[in-house]
Amino acid sequence: MRFSGLRVITEALRGNKSWTPHWRNPEPKAHYDAIVIGGGGHGLATAFYLAENHGLRNVAVLEKGYLGSGNIGRNTTIVRANYGLPGNSEFYSHSLKLWEGMEGALNYNVMHSQRGIINLFHSDGQRDAYARRGNAMINQGDDAFLLDREGVRKILPYLDFDNTRFPIYGGLYHPRGGTARHDAVAWGYARGADKRGVDLIQNCEVTGIDVDNGKVVGVQTTRGAIRAPKVGIVVAGRSSQVAAMAGMRLPIESHILQAFVTEGLKPVIDHVVTFGAGHFYISQSDKGGLVFGGDLDYYASYAQRGNLPIAEHVIEAGMTLMPMIGKAKLLRSWGGIMDMSPDGSPIIDKTHIDGLYLNCGWCYGGFKAVPASGWCMAHLMATDTPHEVARGYRLDRFATGRGLMDEEGTGSQHNLH
Amino acid sequence: MRITCPNCGQRDLREFTYMGHAVALNRPAADADLAQWDDYLHNRDNPAGPTDELWYHGAGCTAWLKVRRDTVTHVISDAWLVMPPSKGVK
Ligand SMILES: Cc1cc2nc3c(=O)[nH]c(=O)nc-3n(C[C@H](O)[C@H](O)[C@H](O)COP(=O)(O)OP(=O)(O)OC[C@H]3O[C@@H](n4cnc5c(N)ncnc54)[C@H](O)[C@@H]3O)c2cc1C
Ligand SMILES: [Zn+2]
Repeated sequence: MRFSGLRVITEALRGNKSWTPHWRNPEPKAHYDAIVIGGGGHGLATAFYLAENHGLRNVAVLEKGYLGSGNIGRNTTIVRANYGLPGNSEFYSHSLKLWEGMEGALNYNVMHSQRGIINLFHSDGQRDAYARRGNAMINQGDDAFLLDREGVRKILPYLDFDNTRFPIYGGLYHPRGGTARHDAVAWGYARGADKRGVDLIQNCEVTGIDVDNGKVVGVQTTRGAIRAPKVGIVVAGRSSQVAAMAGMRLPIESHILQAFVTEGLKPVIDHVVTFGAGHFYISQSDKGGLVFGGDLDYYASYAQRGNLPIAEHVIEAGMTLMPMIGKAKLLRSWGGIMDMSPDGSPIIDKTHIDGLYLNCGWCYGGFKAVPASGWCMAHLMATDTPHEVARGYRLDRFATGRGLMDEEGTGSQHNLH
Repeated sequence: MRITCPNCGQRDLREFTYMGHAVALNRPAADADLAQWDDYLHNRDNPAGPTDELWYHGAGCTAWLKVRRDTVTHVISDAWLVMPPSKGVK
């Protein structure tokens, strides 16, 4: 079924009776040309582009829960291309362009909203760092403006500009940045992949990876063995467990990241705003909830829930920046399992096993990466060569020390990002 | 989360800093091969379940602790001193 404005109107007039499920619920076949493990944003996008760009349609996505039950449905939905280092910069730039065409390509409303992102700065040194980042963004062909204090005041009048500890000096404005409806991104890719013949198999946990003579031959699952000559591991926070099934030990540690949402309010925050002096960023969802978050809890965790010290820190930082949010009531908080890499940048690469591919290390920033990650992972699986915008995402860069991508400049070691 | 420090007793998470997996205690010899150093510095078992980690009691006795903690439930079952406090008591 194709979606259109006309269709929405006719369905509304007919009592919405003829909408159909967005995808099939097939039984797993015994053999596929390629298997993608993980039905999150990256896995579904990989399957979609395998079919769409490379004509590989005999493909299965194996998901242990339901589609979109992982981080794709838990993130704070920020989409941006404001990375500074070669390797990351062209990748995220490509990703933002794919976002801009996503709704047309998928015939699906993902509520992509380019409302603009403003990263605030609070000192001269921070201003210089943001000026440099802005220049890097312009050099990669994206948009960036350095706003002074009055420039920020014009668009964000509700901030506490004269906070005694952290006065606002200005902000880096990225107008093409924004947000999207996270579940819809998973659903849109799922529907698009299904339509092109991909089997989306839910409640199917991969429990083993079968390797014969250095070549992958298939996987073991809770729904039986499935054969395939190509297997992609795209399981975000669970990467270490799945890679261990193929005897690999990854440079990944799984950490918890929390997020928070308030009750629905009338429109009050029109952009994405990040605080430069503490861990806090915020936007307002189309439903009206203020969606905000901060930094990791900073200990390894698979709990999908965090502890109170970080909740307290995030909320204190929010109150420092925009005291008005103290009036809003917090509705919910939750957490997701982040696949943290030592340098804070991802991995899209082959492994030492023929036909086994790895996609992980998205840390807390993999939502914006969904389209480009799927695009490049599909390219790698279909052609056995890295896509040019993902060339830098090598698995061996930690061992060799060549091509590390440490955006924060804090070092290539666990627990620093 | 609360950690029972062998020096200070049960204390709030806020007093401690996570210092990574206890693999850091098994430093390879200076002339070990690169693969061993890569394993030590970067590669991790990253288990979902009980594991041994290092925590620094910065706002308490300043000792480094080895802590056995479950990464799924956050239950802390044991803690040992790795080093004596930096000042005073031996
Ligand atoms: C609170 C929070 C806020 C965030 N905010 C942002 C943001 O604002 N912007 C941004 O860019 N990024 C953000 N992120 C990061 C982003 O959500 C993730 O990097 C990204 O979603 C990870 O990729 P994914 O969607 O494929 O992961 P997931 O949705 O987690 O997909 C992995 C899937 O693999 C499945 N799986 C695991 N093991 C197996 C197995 N053995 N067999 C079968 N299936 C398996 C899981 O069930 C899961 O569905 C945030 C994350 C969190 C938690
Ligand atoms: Zn102590």
